[in-house]
Amino acid sequence: MEILGLLIPVSLGLGGLGLLAFIWSLRGRQYDDPKGDAERILSPEWDDHPKP
Amino acid sequence: MSDAALHDHDARLSACPACDAAPLAQRIAGARGGQEEVILSLPTIHCATCITDVERVLNRHPGVRDARVNLTLRRVIVDAPGLTAEELIPVVESIGYEAHELDPAALSASAADRQGRDILMRIGVSGFAMMNIMILSVAVWSGAEDATRDMFHWISGAIALPTVAFAGQPFFSSAWRALRHGRLGMDVPISLALILASAISVYETLHSGHHAYFDAAVMLCFFLLIGRYLDYRTRAVARSAAEELTALEVPRAFRITPAGDEPVPVAELRPGDLIRIRPGARIPADGEIAEGSSEIDRSLLTGESIPVPAGPGFALSAGEANLTGPLVMRVTAAGRDSSLARLTALVAAAESARGHYTGLADRASRLYSPLVHLLAFCSFLGWYLTTHDLRLAVNVAAAVLIITCPCALGLAVPAVITAASGRLFRRGMLIKDGTALERLAEVDAVVFDKTGTLTLGVPQLVSLDPIPAEARLVALALAQGSGHPLSQALAQALVDAGTEPAALADLREVPGYGISGLWQGREVRLGRADWLGAEHGDATLSASWLSLGQGAPIRLEFSDRLRPGAETCVARLLGSGRRVMLLSGDAAPVVEDLARRLGIAEWRAGVTPVEKAEALRRLRQEGLHPLMVGDGLNDTAALTEAHVSISPASALDAARTASDMVLMGSDLAPVAEALELARSARARIKENFAISLIYNIVAVPIAIAGFATPLMAALAMSLSSISVTLNALRLR
Repeated sequence: MEILGLLIPVSLGLGGLGLLAFIWSLRGRQYDDPKGDAERILSPEWDDHPKP
Repeated sequence: MSDAALHDHDARLSACPACDAAPLAQRIAGARGGQEEVILSLPTIHCATCITDVERVLNRHPGVRDARVNLTLRRVIVDAPGLTAEELIPVVESIGYEAHELDPAALSASAADRQGRDILMRIGVSGFAMMNIMILSVAVWSGAEDATRDMFHWISGAIALPTVAFAGQPFFSSAWRALRHGRLGMDVPISLALILASAISVYETLHSGHHAYFDAAVMLCFFLLIGRYLDYRTRAVARSAAEELTALEVPRAFRITPAGDEPVPVAELRPGDLIRIRPGARIPADGEIAEGSSEIDRSLLTGESIPVPAGPGFALSAGEANLTGPLVMRVTAAGRDSSLARLTALVAAAESARGHYTGLADRASRLYSPLVHLLAFCSFLGWYLTTHDLRLAVNVAAAVLIITCPCALGLAVPAVITAASGRLFRRGMLIKDGTALERLAEVDAVVFDKTGTLTLGVPQLVSLDPIPAEARLVALALAQGSGHPLSQALAQALVDAGTEPAALADLREVPGYGISGLWQGREVRLGRADWLGAEHGDATLSASWLSLGQGAPIRLEFSDRLRPGAETCVARLLGSGRRVMLLSGDAAPVVEDLARRLGIAEWRAGVTPVEKAEALRRLRQEGLHPLMVGDGLNDTAALTEAHVSISPASALDAARTASDMVLMGSDLAPVAEALELARSARARIKENFAISLIYNIVAVPIAIAGFATPLMAALAMSLSSISVTLNALRLR
């Protein structure tokens, strides 16, 4: 049962990391153009040389 | 991606001061001769190729620093210091995409953006909390005992309490507002359940109880926030598109000052100002002509399709279009005092007096909310009186509140409306009002306006036959020299027939009359009958005359071009058994011709705006639910009077304000589709209500009987929410 003392904080920490990543992406306005982002994946434009 | 997003972020930040101090910034920008950033609306883009095409061609254009397409909003933001939209639009149009300038000052997207992100943030936080608490809860449900269970409860509580406090804010504040006004909204039972569940869970944890409802409380937040977000999305899309329509008309006027012409925002015009109006421009304020003569297109105001000649002293109203000659106009009323603005205000007043239509969701929650409180209170009383155990009674009451909590009900309407309006948006139709879709489902009669609605308001030559082959060359040369819509229609028809223009000398346009030139030493003219000395004849069709200097002038007849999709739309409406009517302010023969072509049996011509509104009122008195489709100022009263109304995007601002839905494209066919879709959307909403009702019938007795464990509450809640959402998705 001692393992719980380790596992619970770890699982909470990992979940928290996910939450932080979500908040970061939200602040970065990554959800402003969901349709455009879905389509941009199909474009070969930025594959080899990312947009500067 | 992140790089691009950051760049987007920067680009917007730089635009923000302009939003904050819009009038000032606009004036400064106007004086500098161009804004830093140009926003163009691209209504036809839809795929990855469109994005790359537009961005590539714009980035290659000299002076453009960056161009970024937003496909969701169908816009491109171009960072191009010193360049104006007039220079960029041809660039985009050269590769085949339609583009319109948007006024950045009229797009106040930032506030709405913040609200959406706020809800998303709360969804994210409650989702995180829900998953973690659920893991711990599963351990409790599968038999964790004593100290382990208490520890899990404590950890759950430590996660859940801040989460509920943060994520539940929208519900708490809305419930508080409702209570202060003495109403019981849907948010009151929600807030009560959240607070009660958290409080009881803390109490139970403190006393090593078996059941804690932390998971249920957080899950409630999560599902309800999703419903809120869907609701917000539909409204935001409608609002931003409505804003976009307003922004399409960049309000700028050219004021004549001693130093020359100065572009000013229309809002800054004052009575007494002299402004210059170029041919083809819309008149920005009320006033009278001081200099120049021209022809005025008043079709949006009165519905008449024939332009009116105008000279000095002629009174102009805001919203009319100047066709042929440059004019100098003295402003008599501008901004809020102009007839256009007064009318918009009138419509707004009429709209609020229209009587609030209560949507299905409102009616449901009005029944539901008191019932839930009553049930919870009764079960509390019942259990307390029979067992005299306060703790148990409160526990059962909380279980009842949680189980009945309207997750499914909160999702039922927004999920369907989002799915339906998303589908309509893809077909080029925009819903401005949340209840418009429900009202549209009840429509059994459709009333159309003619000019600009069933027709495009663009003239088309009826036949080339009256023009001899030799005269065609001259006619084309003359027509190409003028910007008048009739001349352009003539030129188009002749070019389509493969005509080459003749060589003319001394081409001169006489504004308000026509155009003349010298051909083989003879004066040739194209224009109004009285200018050419021809007999007027019947003035029913718009006509122009061609004189070759000898012989009688040739009469050229024009008719209005039918809007694409008008035929199929009317045919489908008639096929579905609905009444279809045509009400127009135009002359009878034109209207009759159109009605015959479309197969509309009920039509009236020469209808005044008041008569239009009366006709609709009468339809409503007959117990019908009329849909009005119209675009002009003469339609606004009727649009407001109708049960539900649609106007095309080309309509005047006032008409668009008055209507519930806006047709973005030029195709009329989506109107008939929208009626069918609205019916199936209403059916889905009712099914969703049925699903949540059945769920409640099963779950509530279990809760009242005291058998509801947190596990059952969680399962039942998720199941009902998910089934409601899936049912809504069937509409897509």
